[in-house]
Parts: sequence; structure tokens; C-alpha cells
Amino acid sequence: MNSAAAASLILHPALILIAGALLLPLLRGTARNVAVLSAPTLALVALWLLPEGRLWQLQWLDYSLAPLAVDKLSRLFATIFVLMAIVGGLFALRQQSRLEIPAAFLYAGSAIGVTLAGDLITVFLFWEFMAVGSTLVLWSAGTPGAWAASRRYVAIHLAGGVILFAGITGQILATGDAGFHAMRADSIATWLILIGFLINTGAPPISAWLPDAYPEASWSGTVFLSAFTTKTAVYVLLRGFPGTEILVWIGTFMIFYGIVYALLENDMRRILAYSIVNQVGFMVVGIGIGTEMALNGAAAHAFAHIIYKALLLMSAGAVLAATGRRKCSELGGLFHSMPLTTICGTIGALAISSFPLTSGFVSKSMVTQAAADGHMQAVWLLLAAASAGVFLHAGIKFPWFVFFQKDSGLRPPDPPPSMRWAMILFAFLCIALGVWPDPLYALLPYAVDYAPYTAAHVITQLQLLLFSGLAFFVMLDYLRRTPTITLDVDWLWRIAGPVAARSFRDALRITRAGLNEQLLSGRQAMADSIARHRRPDGLLLRSWPTGGMALWVMVMLLAYLALYYLR
Amino acid sequence: MSIAAHLPALQVVLPLISAPLAVLLRRRDLAFWMVTAAAWAAFATAIQLWLQVAAGGTISYHIGSWPPPWGIEYRIDRLTSFVLLLVSGMAAVMLPYARSSIEREIPQESHYLFYAMFGLCLAGLLGITITGDAFNIFVFLEISSLATYVLIALGRDRRALTAAYQYLIMGSIGATFIVIGIGFLYLTTGTLNLADMASRLRGVESSRPVLAALAFLTVGISLKLALFPLHQWLPNAYTYAPSPVTAFLAATATKVSVYVLIRFYFSVFGESLVYERLPLPQIMLGLSLLAMFGASFIAIFQNNLKRLFAYSSVGQIGYITLGLSFDSVNGLTASIVHLFNHGIAKGAIFLLIGGIAVGIATPGAVSPAPTSPKGAGRREAAVPSNAREAATPHTFDRLAGLAQRMPLTCFGIVLGGLSLIGVPGTAGFISKWYLILAALEQGQFWLVGAILLSSLLAVAYVWHFIEVAYFRAPPVGQVARKEAPLAMLIPAWLLIAATIWFGLDTSVTVGTALDAARQLMDKAQ
Repeated sequence: MNSAAAASLILHPALILIAGALLLPLLRGTARNVAVLSAPTLALVALWLLPEGRLWQLQWLDYSLAPLAVDKLSRLFATIFVLMAIVGGLFALRQQSRLEIPAAFLYAGSAIGVTLAGDLITVFLFWEFMAVGSTLVLWSAGTPGAWAASRRYVAIHLAGGVILFAGITGQILATGDAGFHAMRADSIATWLILIGFLINTGAPPISAWLPDAYPEASWSGTVFLSAFTTKTAVYVLLRGFPGTEILVWIGTFMIFYGIVYALLENDMRRILAYSIVNQVGFMVVGIGIGTEMALNGAAAHAFAHIIYKALLLMSAGAVLAATGRRKCSELGGLFHSMPLTTICGTIGALAISSFPLTSGFVSKSMVTQAAADGHMQAVWLLLAAASAGVFLHAGIKFPWFVFFQKDSGLRPPDPPPSMRWAMILFAFLCIALGVWPDPLYALLPYAVDYAPYTAAHVITQLQLLLFSGLAFFVMLDYLRRTPTITLDVDWLWRIAGPVAARSFRDALRITRAGLNEQLLSGRQAMADSIARHRRPDGLLLRSWPTGGMALWVMVMLLAYLALYYLR
Repeated sequence: MSIAAHLPALQVVLPLISAPLAVLLRRRDLAFWMVTAAAWAAFATAIQLWLQVAAGGTISYHIGSWPPPWGIEYRIDRLTSFVLLLVSGMAAVMLPYARSSIEREIPQESHYLFYAMFGLCLAGLLGITITGDAFNIFVFLEISSLATYVLIALGRDRRALTAAYQYLIMGSIGATFIVIGIGFLYLTTGTLNLADMASRLRGVESSRPVLAALAFLTVGISLKLALFPLHQWLPNAYTYAPSPVTAFLAATATKVSVYVLIRFYFSVFGESLVYERLPLPQIMLGLSLLAMFGASFIAIFQNNLKRLFAYSSVGQIGYITLGLSFDSVNGLTASIVHLFNHGIAKGAIFLLIGGIAVGIATPGAVSPAPTSPKGAGRREAAVPSNAREAATPHTFDRLAGLAQRMPLTCFGIVLGGLSLIGVPGTAGFISKWYLILAALEQGQFWLVGAILLSSLLAVAYVWHFIEVAYFRAPPVGQVARKEAPLAMLIPAWLLIAATIWFGLDTSVTVGTALDAARQLMDKAQ
């Protein structure tokens, strides 16, 4: 154990990735490309060499911290995060911005740090680093839109961090233990922690930060953003609040929120961003149900989701990089010249719709099955309906409007090899996990007693998909996108807040102007005389504030004296 | 007796005599070595005393072997030794910096005066801390204050004079209030020794003179420590003083005032009077919150880097006094730790800011400080025509893209800023942690929210700097990398390293502060 501990002393996967992030800006050319791919690969190797248990322990103040603790659940999430960093790095190799990949590695490394943290303090630390890293990724897009979005994004995440931290300190004080274990939402502190976690999942009422920010990143930045923040939140909920019933309803809301807004949306990457909220909703429902099957399902779904969502966003990113257009109404017919992108995007779309033989099928069906097993008919029905909705908005809508539909006349070529290989890798994983789910099941925290490919499962799912597919083409005219903007809650802080602030300021100014006029005439005479006396010496002219200060001193003294004597 | 037994006296005497010696020597190099040697010796003494107190308990030293309450007593408990450590340590680090920095800021003929004043200021601050005698506190307060006024007035900007003058007026009012308060206490108890005073106050705490004394002392000391709304002298003083002076004042002067406040509240008036019978905690809480939010909010909109961090100091003082308002061991610990941590972080930041003036000065303006005799009128004549520009190198429009030219300096300021925000891994986090613990102990969740939200204001003003320094394009033709000289960078980075170190290893800071807080609370009961 000692030797293992000594070995792990230098090999914290999160720190490897963060060190890589710090090293990258110094490198150029091939050396940089090698480093981009080798840093996360090294982290992956390090991760799998780690034994289970609380590997790093240290005393801080009166608490014992475990910055490196490994069990099956954390290894599962850390693994997919590292994989994401590798493939994302490969996809982003040709990104012009020199800031983006280092920022993304800081972001990914912090996400891994959260999953490997055995105590709440470490969770919080990496949580905040994650906010910083993701903001930098967003920023490196370098457009005014990204800049503005990054400020809104960081404000919400810092506020979320404040709430989380208040909860964490309260919890540690109440229990005297800094360890990160399952909690019950039954005190102010645990509620605050839960709220802090939920903000990062994109839960209502402020889900809107996610579709507001993610589509503003660069063509490669969105791929990174889609993977870490929400899924880290899913991880901490899995560990901290399994079986908390309110999560079932929050998750259900998220599912439908995502579907409705995605159906209304025109921007291809915003469609996919809304669909992140929708998919995370499935995971949150699973966590809320809380049975072993449901938790397994949530974890597996997070794993599969990262892969196919990244794949979808990579195909969207390839389109964006090639055409510079992001609206469905301006795209179409790209399959002529981008066959590979079309195939990969379609595989991602099939996976997100849980088509049999794709990764989405073997993971999402676990959650719905868990709802059925738990005799939660309402939930099961809603989930089934939502599955159809997912196919509508992400499964058909995205590939149909972007790659097929009317011919927009654009003939961009398929992207360069690095991007192609990144897409092929994840497309392969989508299919492989769907055909052969056992390796994924073996990674899950609980023993899996579930067979996805029963006749009933497959037929139910196919029926759902076929009918919703039919519905899509029947209603195609209604779904055809017009270049509109959809209102969301973020209107509150993007438009209403500033307007309210401005009108408040104006009102204040008017009141003050009125008051001033009253006072001015009386004060003018006095001020004039004072100024006259002080003008000769420029120095004294400034000393009027000194008088003001002295006045304050007197006021304070009188206040103290009065309060003391009255007692 | 061996020298070791006289350490408490040496602590003050060494810097005190270094000042007149520096004047007599007149040569600036000699003066520098004189005062620096004294400061280093004082630091060594402080470490020694800190160890002694940690091991053997409170030290009582009788000046001239006159036993208290007749003679003057120097009394060193855990808190005293901790503050001594901070003050002398800061002086020891900042003097080498000052030597390089004032080359550009102060006419060469005045250098020996600068060192003399620095020595006096240090001696005064150490004296306030170490003495156990009420009138002695006033005397040392005046020594340090008078030296401070001169030091601020040495600033190159002409507005430094106004700032010093303002501070002189306000400081004098504060000192007057303090001496009136001490007078009332002397009147009531007939003694000046603090410990003796405390024991004689039992039974007459509620008499009017004692309450008046408490009011006068509270207001007078609040003025010196720049508690909102009595902070108005501070932004100007910090902004226009020479860089090493700003750094030293920010790191020590207000902190020593906090120490005096703690000393009077807990060791003289007693916790039961101050906290239970009077509404002081509520007032303190209200004022602290105003400082935390008001001053931090004002800081966000400043257009001058020094001024920004000056307002941030006012805000941070709010955290210190907030800790006092809880009347609990954790709250007091938070105050004491923050007093130390903030001193280091803010000192480091102001040192680095001083370096910026060197980095961005345009070639013409870097000429050695004007050589002219003393006297404001003639000095003005010798200042180069672009002096106004040179004197305000810290406005944000001149800092655009600074990170490309001065990466070390900017990164240091960011790290220091992280400590002001209270990011885990920095010293500032430790203090905030204890503040939050103290708030939670009393079940005040809203206060936890307030503490954390005010940290967001700190994020905003630190961000303001990052945005300007890292993300704005530098002005054309100013891209050559030019860091501040090593003599200035090394002390500053030493302190930055300390803020990180004390954020990770808390045995010295929290250990001492907890002990000190327990000691004070025990004694007060």
C-alpha cells in the first residue's frame, strides 16, 4: 500500500491534466500537438493504475481531507472525462485560439478532480476551477457574443459556488466531518449544497444559462463545454443525494423543458444545448428514483451521453467551421459534400434517440426500466413520451435540417483528418457500446442484472421511434425553422434586469434632481461664501471633505454616547 | 541580566534609536543600513518573543525595574507576539524594497529622512503593541502617526500633501479622542496600567465616565483603523503616498489599531460590558457589513489601481471587525487571522503596484527623482513637466495590456487578489472560513450569505484589474518587456508566497490566533 501511495503521490490524473494545461502555452507546432494528445492519455493511464480507496489524506484545520479517493463510480466518471479530453483535444487540434485547449484541459482536469475528491472541500475547490476553466473556454471564441455570454455564465456559476460553499461549511460544521458521503436534504446546509449542485445540472428555474452560453463558444469549444459541467453535477448528485425524491420531478421538468425549447429553436448548436438539459434530466430522474438499477442507469447514461453529445456537437462544429453558419434555416443538403460528417452526425442522432444497437439504447432504457420496476407509472409514461420527443428534436430535426432537407447550395468539404478521426472514434464508441454493452456495465457502481436486448424492449422502443418519426414528417411544415428567437428565463437577467436597473437609476436621478433644486438655493449662498474663503489657497479648497470627515466622527461619537447612556 | 531578558525593551528601542542615528548619519546608504538592521533585529526579536510566549506564557517586562502599576509594563501575550511578528516582519521585508523604490519617488537628499521616519513609524507601531500602559499607547500612537504623516507627504504627487494634511487632521482628532478616553479611565480608576485598570473597573463599569471612555476610545480607534464610515482619509493617503509607505501602512498601521481595539475591549473593559450590556455588537455588525459591501462596491468603480485596493482595504477591515462583533472564540480567531493574512496579502499587492510605476514609466519620466532642496514650492519647480502623468502611473488606461510587459508583477497581483477574494489555497480563505464558522455557530445563515456575496464583489474588482492588464491591447509602442528590478520583485513575491503558504499550512496563523482568542475570552470572563 505504501508503495502504491508513493506512486500515486505524483500521479493524480486531474493534476496531470492541469499541469498539461499549464505547459501547453509554452509549446509550439508538433511538440504542442503531441502534448495535447499525450497529457490526457497519461492521465488515463494514471487513472487506471490507481487502486481503490482514499489514497491521499491530509489534515487541514481540524478536518481530514482526501483529495484523491477512488471507487467504481468515480473511476467511471473520471474515465469518460479523460476520454472526452483526448478526443476533444484531437478535434480541436486545428483551433486557431491558443487559449482554448489549455483552458479546456484545466476545465477537464478540474472535472476529474471533482470526481476523485473524497471530501467536500476538495469538491468545492475543483468546482470553482471548473467554472474558471469553462469560462476561459467560452471566452477563447473571441467573439463579442462569447464575451458577453461568458460574463453572464461566470456570474451564475460564481453565485452557484457561493451557495454551494455556504452549504458545505454548514454541513461540515454540523457533522464535524469533511467527507463527501450521501446526504439527505433535511437541513439548510444540505439544501444549499443540493441547490449548488443543481445549478450546474441546468435545473429549473435557471436552466437558461446553458443554452445561453454553450452555443456561443467556438466550433470546438462547445464540444468541451457540453461534457463536463453538467455531468460533474450528475456525478455529485449521484454520490451526494441518491434517492432524493424531488429530483424525479426536477428531472422530468428538465426533460420537457429541453424538448420544447429545442423544437422551437433554429440555431443548430442551441438545439443541441437544449437537448443537453433534456438528457441530463433523464439522469436526474434516475438519481431521484434511487434504486440500484436507476443509479446504474443514470451513471451509464452520463457515460453514453458524453460520447454521443460530443459526437453531435463535433459534427455541428465541423459544419460551423466549414460554413460559418449556425442556423438551420441557412443550412441543408450538406450530405453531398460532407458524407463522413453526415454519417457521424446521424450515428450521434440515433444514439441520442436510443435506437437499438447504439449506446443510448443500453443506457437510457435502464432508467425507464427502473421507473417501471419502482411502480412509478406516471414517471414511466412521461419518460416514454419524452423518448419520442428526443427523437423528434435531436434525432431527426438536427440531422434533417442540417444535412438533408432542401439544398442550401453549400458544398463545403469534410473536415481535416484530426477532426475526422475524432468523430470516427466517438461514432465507433456509440455503436460499440450499443452492440456490446458488457464492458460499460462492468464499470457501473452496482452489479448489473439487466438485459437490454429483449424482444419487448426493442419492439417498444422501435414503435416509439417510428411513430414519432412519422409525426415529424407529417408535421414538417410546422417544424420548418424560421429565423426567430425564443424567449427563455434568461430574458430576466439579460433584458429585464438591466432595464429595471436603468429605470431605477433614472427615477433616482429625477428624485435627486428635484431634491437638489430645493436644497441648492439655500446651500448656494453658503457654499459660495465657503468657496470664497478657501479659494486663495488651493490646498484648503480640498479640505472641505476633511470637515465632512470630522462631522462623521462627531456623529459617530454622539451615536455611541446616546446608545450607551440610554441602555 | 543577559540580553535575552531585555528582549521586550529591545523590540522597541532598537528601531527607536535607529531613527535619530539615521538623521545624524545623513548619508542615505548608511541610514538605510542603520534602519534596516534595526528592523531585522526587531524581526528576530519578535520571532524569539513569539517562541517564548508560545512555550512559557505571557511575559511581563518592567521598564527600569519599576513594578507595575507604578512603572511602565511591557506585556506580551499570544496576541501581542503575533502582531509584533506581523509588524516587524513587514518592515524587514519592505525596507530593502523601499531602497530601490524611493530612488524614483523621493529626492535623494530626503532619503535619510525617509529612513528615519520609517524607523520611527516602526518603533511607534511596535510600542503600541507591546506596551501594557494606557498612556504609553497614546505616546507611541503619536510617534507612529506623526512619522506616517511625513511619510505620506513625501509622495511624488502634489496631492500627497493634501492627503497627508487630511490624515493629519483626522488622525489628530482620533488621537484626541483616544487620549480623552484614556483620561476618563484614569479619572475613574487612578491607574494607567491596563491590567490594573481592568481589575479596578470591576463594579464601576456602568458609570457614565466609563461609558464615555468606551465611546471616545471606540470612535477614536475606529478612525485610526478606518472603520466605515470613518475611512475617508484612507483612500487618498494610500493612493498618493510613496509605494513602500502605502504597502507598510496597509499591512500594519490599521492592523495595529485593530489590535488596540481588541486590547481595550477584551483586556480592559471586559467582554461582559462591551458585548452583553451595550449594543456594540449590533453596531459593529452593521458597520462591518456596510464596509464589506459599500467599500468593496466603490472599489469596483475606481479608475486608479492603488485607489481600488485602498477601498478594498476598507472592505477587508470590515471582515476583521465583523469577526469582533460575534463575541465568540471563532469570531475573534477570524479577526486575528484576517488581520495577519490581509496584512500580508495587501502588503504584497501594494509592493507589486509600486513596481508598476517603474515598468510603465515613459523614458523621459524615469529620470531620477528631482534633486532639489526641501520645501514644497521649490520641489514643485524641479518636477518635470510631465510629472502629473508620471505621478499617476496607476490609472487603468495606462495599465492596458500590462501583463505582456510585466508578467511576474501582474501574476503576483492576481494571486494576492485571490487571497482577498478568499479562494481556497490562499490565506484569505482561512480567515473567511473562521468567519463563516462563527456565523454558523450563531445560526445566522443570512450572514454566511452576506460574507460570500461580498467576496463576489472582491471578484469583481480583482477582475477589473485582470481585464485591463490581461485582455486589453497594450498601447502602441510599449511592448518591450520590462519588469520591476529584482530588489523590488523579491520582497513582493516573498509576501505572495507567504499568502499561499499560510493558506496551506495554518499551524502558525490559526494556531496562534486560536490560542490568543481563547486567552482573551478567558481573561474577559
